[in-house]
Amino acid sequence: MNTLNGIVTQCEKLAFDLSFKRARAWKSQEKDRILIGHMPVYFPREIIHAANGLAVGILGGGDKKLIIKGDAYYQSYICHIPRSIVELALDKHFADFDGFIFPSICDVIRNLSGMFQLLGEGKFVKYLDFPQNFVSNIGGEFYRYELQTVLDEVYKLNGVEVTPQRLNHSIGLFNINRNLIKQLYDIRQEFPWRLSAADVYHIVRAGYVIPVEEHNEILTQVIGLIGVETGSPMDKIRVLVIGAFCEQPPVGLIRTIELAGCYIVEDDFLLGARWIQGDIETNTADPLKSITGAYLEKSTFSSSVYDVGNPKEARLLKLIQQRKVDGVIFAAPSFCDPALLDHPILQKECNDKNIRFISFLFSENTGQFKVIKEQVGTFSDSIKLWDEPLANDKL
Amino acid sequence: MSKDVAKERSMIIQKEMITQLFKELSAAKETGKKVVYTFVPGNISELILSFGMLPVYPEINALQSGMRKKSGDYIRDAEQHGHSEDVCTYVKCDVGMMLNGNIGPTGEKIPSPDLLLLSYTGCFTFLKWFETLERLYPGVPVALLHTPYQEAGKVTPQMTAYMVKQLKEEVIPKMEKVSGNKYDEEKLKSILRNSSKVEDYIVKIFDTTKHRPSPIDAYFAGVYYIGPINSGFRGTPEAVDYYAELYKEILTRIEKKLGPITPEGEMEEERFRLVVEGPPNWTHFREFWKLFYDMGAVIVASSYTKVGGVYDMGFRVNPDKPLESLAEYCMNCYTNLNLPQRVELLSKCITDYHADGFLVNSIKSCNSFSAGQLMIMQQLERKLEIPIGFIESDLVDPRYFSYSNIKNRLESFFQMLEQRKMIFTRQ
Repeated sequence: MNTLNGIVTQCEKLAFDLSFKRARAWKSQEKDRILIGHMPVYFPREIIHAANGLAVGILGGGDKKLIIKGDAYYQSYICHIPRSIVELALDKHFADFDGFIFPSICDVIRNLSGMFQLLGEGKFVKYLDFPQNFVSNIGGEFYRYELQTVLDEVYKLNGVEVTPQRLNHSIGLFNINRNLIKQLYDIRQEFPWRLSAADVYHIVRAGYVIPVEEHNEILTQVIGLIGVETGSPMDKIRVLVIGAFCEQPPVGLIRTIELAGCYIVEDDFLLGARWIQGDIETNTADPLKSITGAYLEKSTFSSSVYDVGNPKEARLLKLIQQRKVDGVIFAAPSFCDPALLDHPILQKECNDKNIRFISFLFSENTGQFKVIKEQVGTFSDSIKLWDEPLANDKL
Repeated sequence: MSKDVAKERSMIIQKEMITQLFKELSAAKETGKKVVYTFVPGNISELILSFGMLPVYPEINALQSGMRKKSGDYIRDAEQHGHSEDVCTYVKCDVGMMLNGNIGPTGEKIPSPDLLLLSYTGCFTFLKWFETLERLYPGVPVALLHTPYQEAGKVTPQMTAYMVKQLKEEVIPKMEKVSGNKYDEEKLKSILRNSSKVEDYIVKIFDTTKHRPSPIDAYFAGVYYIGPINSGFRGTPEAVDYYAELYKEILTRIEKKLGPITPEGEMEEERFRLVVEGPPNWTHFREFWKLFYDMGAVIVASSYTKVGGVYDMGFRVNPDKPLESLAEYCMNCYTNLNLPQRVELLSKCITDYHADGFLVNSIKSCNSFSAGQLMIMQQLERKLEIPIGFIESDLVDPRYFSYSNIKNRLESFFQMLEQRKMIFTRQ
């Protein structure tokens, strides 16, 4: 049996393999297999799986890729992730990819889809316009049409017909995947010392670049290993980190937060893997309808989704309550309009409810964490030394 | 710089129209007229007017605040309330204006909204902006109209159907409830007939830049020309009259072979013809414009004047299909076009209007325009072998307008154009 360290090391390699070796090896095993790259935040990978494809997460180059050409495509006041993705594209990291999906997040990512079209990357490029209307016969129908457009493009590539049986099977596998990730987060909530946030990050991120069947095996092993006591609790506060749903924080930043006296018990780093809250139906004649229904009714909250009728501050409070959080860290990428425009709303709610928070900016290739460490350390100390624990009934 | 601004009759008409609208707005609570906040791109003002309601456009308020030198303070106030330095300055200016009593450009208070109509076309930040407004005006209903992006470079029947359904089941019922009036399709059709006439005029007006000298500046003056159609007068008889008068004036200018009107009078010599991509800076609008007309540079086409609708590719509202037409209008706004479409459109402008150069004014806080502009430049340079210039500023944050920096870059750009002209003349 693999050791926890061994699995985490393997996941770290997979997660940051910018050559996507495992995905390419998987593709090479069968003629009609395809690779479809997709950006955050959420994409229903089930539909690609059912078409004998692998949906591969494109999460940027992080601090692993030196940006030279990518900077020539963006002004200084635009966030970092699109420039690293352009750099990866120009350096042919996506050479074996067949298509690309750009889910609606913001104007920068929307326009990046157009840049991929102009660069001639892949055999198709699709900006996936998630509905902002959550009524089944309006937004639901449009979303279904959007997904069908993706399936039509994929069919043109490999001729694999996505039958209800195939799609139901794929949905089942991703249901298991989300359940396992939820278990991982639940264990960390109770026993955050058993596995660091950086390790969790590597394990979840590895699932973005390998087949879901393999990821489910990894998660099952990890859950077995951390189901028993390992390590011992330290005197740290419990924090929720929010704002990094698209451009990913460098792992050094995640480590820094934990080294500075915090346990990250909730985050939105790889939110897409946990987007649907609960299972999607697996025994239906119309599984595409189940997928669209799940998006309308079971989505988590995010800055990329309009929240009319379902205010995000209330959902944040609920999460704070569920995860028994001592404080919130607002960590957003520089120049990220969606995250930063949410901050005043969310921070006001924290102020009103006497929830402690701090805020700072990062970019995916930030390399200096000293200032952040001091800021987080002071935040942690102030809560440990002076604050009374948050009473849930006051939230 | 002269303080007296040269004005033509159409300018005076426009000023009167806007003043009247703000008067009506300031009296809305007394007259019982309901007020709808909405956005310029994809502004379905015809529908608002058909219910007898009055539109307010937060971007227009923000740009007016910029021109009146008030935006700097508003932005600082919003930042003190937790807004980041990195985000859209229109949003912050609007928030700051509200924090300071919501006083409009004419000095009168702008009434609070009775309905927030989030017509979300071509700019994701609109969503975030209205999430903020929703909290600043608690209890005010929100009607959301999601405009699908032309990601594949076309409008499909499914995209139109999605929008029409939203109009029928989300937007119209809320408008009926707020206004107390039933939806009147015949009334909407008659308003759209005027819109169609106005759209024809707009195409003709901006097409006059084919003449040499160009009788108008399609960017700096162009933003005034698109004022009525983008600030509450879509589909009104006043708009038809205004555009008819404006067109007449321009035809007279062509006849007399006159160049464009600038704030300091007629531009005497047309030395450079440019196509400009991106919104203008509003905080130093006149200084910015002067940098161009002092050098004899006239803008013969601009993408910004298409932000509230692209009509020169053939689209017109069809009064016989009112809701489908409104949907298609929204989807055809400039920032709802994908990048290859934008390149195509700009390329057509450069060719059709015989531009000597292409200039990008990259706006710090407008990603909808800015993200991808450098690639648009590369594409046009390769395709048309046209000289490209690049400057940076912001919409309404005066901290990001560096006069000397912009002047320096523009002078280099104009020198490049001059040299190129000399070479071509020799050849």
